Amino acid sequence: MACRIREPSADRKRRALLRAAVGAAAPALTAGCARERDATVRFWAMGREGEVVGELLRELERNAGIRVRVEQLPWSAAHEKLLTAFAGDTTPDLCQLGNTWLPELVALGALEPLGARVRGSSIDAGDYFAGIWDTNTAAGDLYGVPWYIDTRLLFYRPDLLAQAGYAAPPRSWDEWQRMLEALKETVGRDRYAILLPLNEFEPLVALSLQQDEPLLRDGDRWGNFRSEGFRRALRFYLSMFERGFAPAASNNQIANVWNEFGRGYFSFYISGPWNIGEFKRRLPAALQSAWMTAPLPGPRGPGASIAGGSSLVVFRRSRNKDAAWRVVEYLAQPAVQRRFHALTGNLPPRRTTWDDPALKRDPYARAFFDQLERVRPAPKVPEWERIANEMRVMVERVVHGDVAAESAPAELDARADRILEKRRWILDRRAGR
Amino acid sequence: MKRSYAGWIFVAPALIAMAVFFVVPVATALAMSFTDFDIYALADLANLRFVGFDNYGRLLHTPLFWQALLNTLYFVVLGVPLSIVASLGAALLLHSPLARLKAFYRTALFAPVVTTLVAVAIVWRYLLHPRYGWLNYMLAAFGIDPIDWLGDPHWAMPAIILLSVWKNFGYNMIILLAALQAVPTELYEAARIDGASAWRQLRDITLPALAPVLLLVSVLTMAGHFQLFAEPYVMTQGGPAQRTLTVLYFMYEEGFKWWSLGSASAVAFVLFAIMFTVTLLQLRVARYTEAR
Repeated sequence: MACRIREPSADRKRRALLRAAVGAAAPALTAGCARERDATVRFWAMGREGEVVGELLRELERNAGIRVRVEQLPWSAAHEKLLTAFAGDTTPDLCQLGNTWLPELVALGALEPLGARVRGSSIDAGDYFAGIWDTNTAAGDLYGVPWYIDTRLLFYRPDLLAQAGYAAPPRSWDEWQRMLEALKETVGRDRYAILLPLNEFEPLVALSLQQDEPLLRDGDRWGNFRSEGFRRALRFYLSMFERGFAPAASNNQIANVWNEFGRGYFSFYISGPWNIGEFKRRLPAALQSAWMTAPLPGPRGPGASIAGGSSLVVFRRSRNKDAAWRVVEYLAQPAVQRRFHALTGNLPPRRTTWDDPALKRDPYARAFFDQLERVRPAPKVPEWERIANEMRVMVERVVHGDVAAESAPAELDARADRILEKRRWILDRRAGR
Repeated sequence: MKRSYAGWIFVAPALIAMAVFFVVPVATALAMSFTDFDIYALADLANLRFVGFDNYGRLLHTPLFWQALLNTLYFVVLGVPLSIVASLGAALLLHSPLARLKAFYRTALFAPVVTTLVAVAIVWRYLLHPRYGWLNYMLAAFGIDPIDWLGDPHWAMPAIILLSVWKNFGYNMIILLAALQAVPTELYEAARIDGASAWRQLRDITLPALAPVLLLVSVLTMAGHFQLFAEPYVMTQGGPAQRTLTVLYFMYEEGFKWWSLGSASAVAFVLFAIMFTVTLLQLRVARYTEAR
């Protein structure tokens, strides 16, 4: 239950003042985006999606008479640009949004609720993977329609696993641990059983989401890292470093993850769907049969993982909401999603779309289809990314011996509580009103 | 009366530009540093709290801020002298009458300054790679075990210092070289006639002649080093275990990554106060030595 702050119209003047203040602090970032008055839908898209989406929309533009202007943003600048655009009142009509950013923009009151529009449309909410759909809801309404999904699972080397005496990937933590042990023994001192980059928080977050206890408690007001569940996940995660299964390294020191995976420097790697394409392209033909994907093992049998991905959102200040919504509806059609998958390799969020033979035949995508039925959203608060980053930093500090493993959960709670202080103040004040 | 009026008109463009692009933003930032401005306040100003000096007080109780300050001081204390010695050494070598191909070396040594840091960082990441890196390969020739330059908390900052000195020494070198060329040759001739050794000449002629320029160079280098950001940003992202996270990096994360503009502004003013004090001290020391 993320909070959403409505903007009373009496606040207009103060907002204008505020905008002037922020405008002074971050000048000229949005200078080029003057508002257009015609019926063109301004669509902000990031990275590779921004490059190909124009092609997908051509048919819609021809048949429905909607004009769409796609503006590409690099991922690295997108977050800042969105917040500056909000402050400067230059938000687009339609935007691709990483679903971890959604709670933040909902809290800003920047997004248009879409629940009513979905109910009156061709979009069937039940056809979407439940965990992914859930990440787009906040305060009882829907604010985005999933566009493509991203979750984390195992990439592994069946050949090295076979050498260690195992024919199939692990399903539970116990099995996984036994395999890691055997692998480490086979590959020796200079190679590792698994890569858990110290600069990524996703693997630990995924293992933590498999636990029964939530990561934040009391309506996401406080950290819940002292819970037995998180302790279990953290212990398991840290043991992989302590026992030498994983190198104490970030992606920086690995330099080229794909090469090293091909060389067998590590046999397990927790990563996302984009790496299917990368491994296909970057590993030599001889190694193409030597890698595979598998669902993430859980404490007792197949476990959950992160519900990530991008959604399509409509901005509240848009004057073209109907046209923007038609674009969303069009991009949600299974046939269009299949073409989108063919262009980008992005995995579709609707089960119907997965009936496509190209997707069904892809052995690497199969594990993702399986995993998608077991994805869970991370806590939906604007502060989550910062808290997840604290989790990553804590692991790094324990691995380097700066902090004792036993004191990490309490320390994490203290940090999360400090980060959530403003949220508690706002919720309490609203409750008191 | 009329003349002074004309004077104001002449400086008006500059004054307006300064007011709009410097005074107003700085005043806004100062005001912001006494509030808890964040994304909630961006949504609705009713969520903005005036917190007085809380941001500053909280900084003193944030271990990460102290870590960042310590990292920055480490970089300044080791990096500034190293950088100036390297610049001076290179300038002296280039200025030496024995040097050949001066124009070539001058360009070559200046090249890192004008090279894009991102390109440099990619090359250096490979040079410093723990297993395939050229640096560890050379160390192995001396029987030294491989060092995980960017992954070991103890070695990451030295690696950043090495990169930064290499990248930036050329700039000061050019300034010092120009100053060296301005020292009258008669002084050296007279010294040689008096039988002064090369060391004596350096100590009693070159260095005193360079003193004002060295002061300028050290003030500028110091100010630049306190604002270390780009090198760790592209090389280590502040890691490993936050050992290369500097004050400016800390401010960037607070402000632009987490959007806590209130506390980020406070960090900016603390950094400004530190740099201002250090520069004052430098000038004081310089005046004192000059007077002696």
